[in-house]
Amino acid sequence: MVAVDARTATKVVVQATINGEPVQFLAEPRQTLLECLRDVLSLTGTKEGCADGNCGACNVVMDGRLVNSCLVLGVEAAGASITTIEGIAPVGGLHPLQTAFLEQAALQCGICTPGFIVSASELLKRNARPTEDEIRFWLAGNLCRCTGYDKIVRAVLQAAEMIHPAA
Amino acid sequence: MTTTADRPATSSPTRVISINDGANIIVSHGDYAVIGTRPVRHDGVDKVTGRAVYGGDTRLNGLLFGKVLRSPHVHARIVSIDTSKARAVPGVHAIVTNADLPTAEDREVNLGEGGGNLKYMSDNVLASDLVLYKGHAIAAVAAINVHVAEAACALIEVEYEVLPAVHEIKAAIAEGAPLVHPSLTTKSLGKDTGVHSNITNHARLQIGDPDAAFARADVIAEGEFTTTMVHQGYIEPTNATAMWYADGKVTIWTSTQGSFAARDSTAQILGLPVSRVKAVPQEIGGGFGGKINVYLEPVAALLSRASGRPVKLIMTRAEVFQATGPAPGSYSKVKFGATKDGRLVAASAEIYMESGAYPGSDTGAAMRCLYSPYKIDDMRVDGYDVLTNRPKTAPYRAPGAPQAAFASEQVIDDLARKLGMDPVEFRLLNAAHEGTRLVNGPLHKKVGGIEVLEQTKAHAHYQSDLGTPSPGTKRGRGVAIGYWFNIGLPSSVAISVNADGSVTLVEGSTDIGGSRASIAMQAAEILGVRAEDVRPSVVDTDSIGYTGVTGGSRTTYATGLAAIEAARHVIAQMTARVAKVWSVSPDEVSHDHGAFRAGTRSMSFKDAAGHLDETGGPITGTASLDPQGHGGAFATVTCDVEIDVETGKTQVLKWTIVQDAGKAIHPSYVEGQFQGASAQGIGWALSEEYFMNSKGEMTNTSLLDYRLPTAFDVPMINTVIVEVPNPGHPFGVRGVGEASIVPPMAAVANAIRDAIGVRMHALPMNPGAILHALGTI
Ligand code: FES
Ligand code: FES
Repeated sequence: MVAVDARTATKVVVQATINGEPVQFLAEPRQTLLECLRDVLSLTGTKEGCADGNCGACNVVMDGRLVNSCLVLGVEAAGASITTIEGIAPVGGLHPLQTAFLEQAALQCGICTPGFIVSASELLKRNARPTEDEIRFWLAGNLCRCTGYDKIVRAVLQAAEMIHPAA
Repeated sequence: MTTTADRPATSSPTRVISINDGANIIVSHGDYAVIGTRPVRHDGVDKVTGRAVYGGDTRLNGLLFGKVLRSPHVHARIVSIDTSKARAVPGVHAIVTNADLPTAEDREVNLGEGGGNLKYMSDNVLASDLVLYKGHAIAAVAAINVHVAEAACALIEVEYEVLPAVHEIKAAIAEGAPLVHPSLTTKSLGKDTGVHSNITNHARLQIGDPDAAFARADVIAEGEFTTTMVHQGYIEPTNATAMWYADGKVTIWTSTQGSFAARDSTAQILGLPVSRVKAVPQEIGGGFGGKINVYLEPVAALLSRASGRPVKLIMTRAEVFQATGPAPGSYSKVKFGATKDGRLVAASAEIYMESGAYPGSDTGAAMRCLYSPYKIDDMRVDGYDVLTNRPKTAPYRAPGAPQAAFASEQVIDDLARKLGMDPVEFRLLNAAHEGTRLVNGPLHKKVGGIEVLEQTKAHAHYQSDLGTPSPGTKRGRGVAIGYWFNIGLPSSVAISVNADGSVTLVEGSTDIGGSRASIAMQAAEILGVRAEDVRPSVVDTDSIGYTGVTGGSRTTYATGLAAIEAARHVIAQMTARVAKVWSVSPDEVSHDHGAFRAGTRSMSFKDAAGHLDETGGPITGTASLDPQGHGGAFATVTCDVEIDVETGKTQVLKWTIVQDAGKAIHPSYVEGQFQGASAQGIGWALSEEYFMNSKGEMTNTSLLDYRLPTAFDVPMINTVIVEVPNPGHPFGVRGVGEASIVPPMAAVANAIRDAIGVRMHALPMNPGAILHALGTI
């Protein structure tokens, strides 16, 4: 058996925790985390809208920080704990944000939806009862071209209410 | 790294963002069990959990990734292309150029919904001898990954002879302008003038004698307006995956508004019969008209033929901006005349719209829509298609009508001001209605312009005062109306009954914003089952009859009609089965509200479905039709703006959109169309533009610099759904996707005029433009 030849190998083994599960994957140093998630790990729920940090479709949570995964290298994920849209819901169920997006019709084409749900889930962790303005401010890094944001804002308000019902 | 996490989640914005109540009102008609309710959409769970497969998510064994080499020049002749160095890169499997395409004939081809010139279509996919805009495709590489493909692209050597170019309409129509297509001559009023110019077509629509009628007018208002090229701005980049099989058959997986249109265009460009091409529509991440034309599909197919492997191509955002079809910029002169008592008596206009690198723009639709809200006996509009060295333009939501309305609705606003009349009253006084003659000849069918204007006037927003401006700002209110005619086109649906009383519904319309639900709900209403008892699927071109594109606001109307017909076909067959069970004649069995009846006997749809096995086996109802009864729709926007006179920034404070839906099948998705178009309109009005440098190159090719509105830029959006039923549809559906983008830019301009007293003649009305208008800079 021949060990890896470090002179010709172009890929690095990355160990990380993704959606609560320890994983190992091979990444080229130039590949973004977004590419690794989608093309290497088949986690295609995380979307690419711009690949330069301006649309939020690729947002994931990395060690408690909301990041544009297109601006993180795959190799930077080593040792990190990452949550993607696929890890937002409990097994067999939906996250309150997902339920609220469905009930409020907060998606049309849906390409932006995973990014919005991941971003909004972080907002609700930090601010249990955000106002309309706070929601708009937090979500300004996520572009949606279909909805005009109205129903997205309502969905986040509904999810906040579902998670922490008013007394 | 940009992260929202770096900002505190609780920081309070320092400005008024919204003084809207965001109320959604429906002025409804009809009483239905399913229609008008708000079920969870059928494809919703897949889309909120990340499971839905969009074009870019296509995964196939042995998949290669492609990259397209694009022109760095705005206009140039290709002298030579040398791919030898690129071919030598390890991991490269195929390289193709225009030489790999069959020689395209210079002829019009029928694509089912409007034709196209085959040579232009082919040259736009891979340039032959000339590149006509920056970003024009020249060659493409397939490799083991996109990085290798990109590196190989950089090694393709192209020698260019740079040519003089024209960058915008006024330069293109000037005497002695460089010609984009030197061989083309101007057609005017149906005749070839023999004159070589960048104007490919001049058309005129006229009713009566407007020149004489202007002499009778007491008050005249007129203006000149320009709009710049803007992009549809769908968030999912253009993509295509193709496999050219060893037997010569080709399959394409793509995000498209029309799988049959994608199949037919790809087949034409590749010189194949349509029977050899199958298009598999993947979920589509927005289109707005921009995902009808093919850009990558034929290229992916060629790369697959050359490599023997499936090949996926995805554009970068910069490629999306530079190499797909944006909406045309425009230059318009509009004039209206009215009597002292406020009656419109005359109108004339000239509209120039750019078509970009190849002939054919949205001018015809702009001309048809321009005067549609009004009753005017004498009117004329001249339209000109203008070539420029920019990407070939493509439809964008009510293509052509928003640019026209930006001009006409500002002049109407000026006329109302001159007459001292309320702008909504003035529009109501002159409103078109059933029987009013349109400038293109026919009479308006039953149409809801008056109802929409009345709801606009009565709305709490219009009745409210503007409130107190923040320090250093001025507030204003504007109103505008817009029209879109909507379209029909063919659609096919098949419905099969399951033994448990549910049905599967198979359709060819790609679902871009909830149409699975609106189609399924119409079938459910006819069948008498719940919306969730219908399982709709969008299938490939081998699996359903021909279906036109999801565009023209046609899908809920036309594919809905097909679903209604297919459901009726199911009911007819089920009635015969129930008759068998009861041993009565089928004539004695009726069906309503989900139950079959004969005398005192009754059987639910579900129970009847349980009898299929013993009464003759499975039942499928089908319908393929080409409906002609589509109905046009009006929309108004009322908006309040607050302008910071020091910075020139315009904030939209309050927004109400009123539109005639005919019938809202799923009101949430109808409201969603109004709201989405409103936000797009706010972007088009205030921030979006193709910003070109002196060389004609777009300099803002990222979503940082091309500013789509964010959640923080727009308020809650009040909607009013008006339902004036379209007689051409059993439930009255008109289609809702487009009329809503027509009035926003004019409404914002009128609000700015109201706030600062200056008429805005160009888009976008960004801070620089406002300061310029104020004389500050
Ligand atoms: S794809 Fe990462 S921000 Fe757009
Ligand atoms: S739903 Fe289409 S981009 Fe947001």
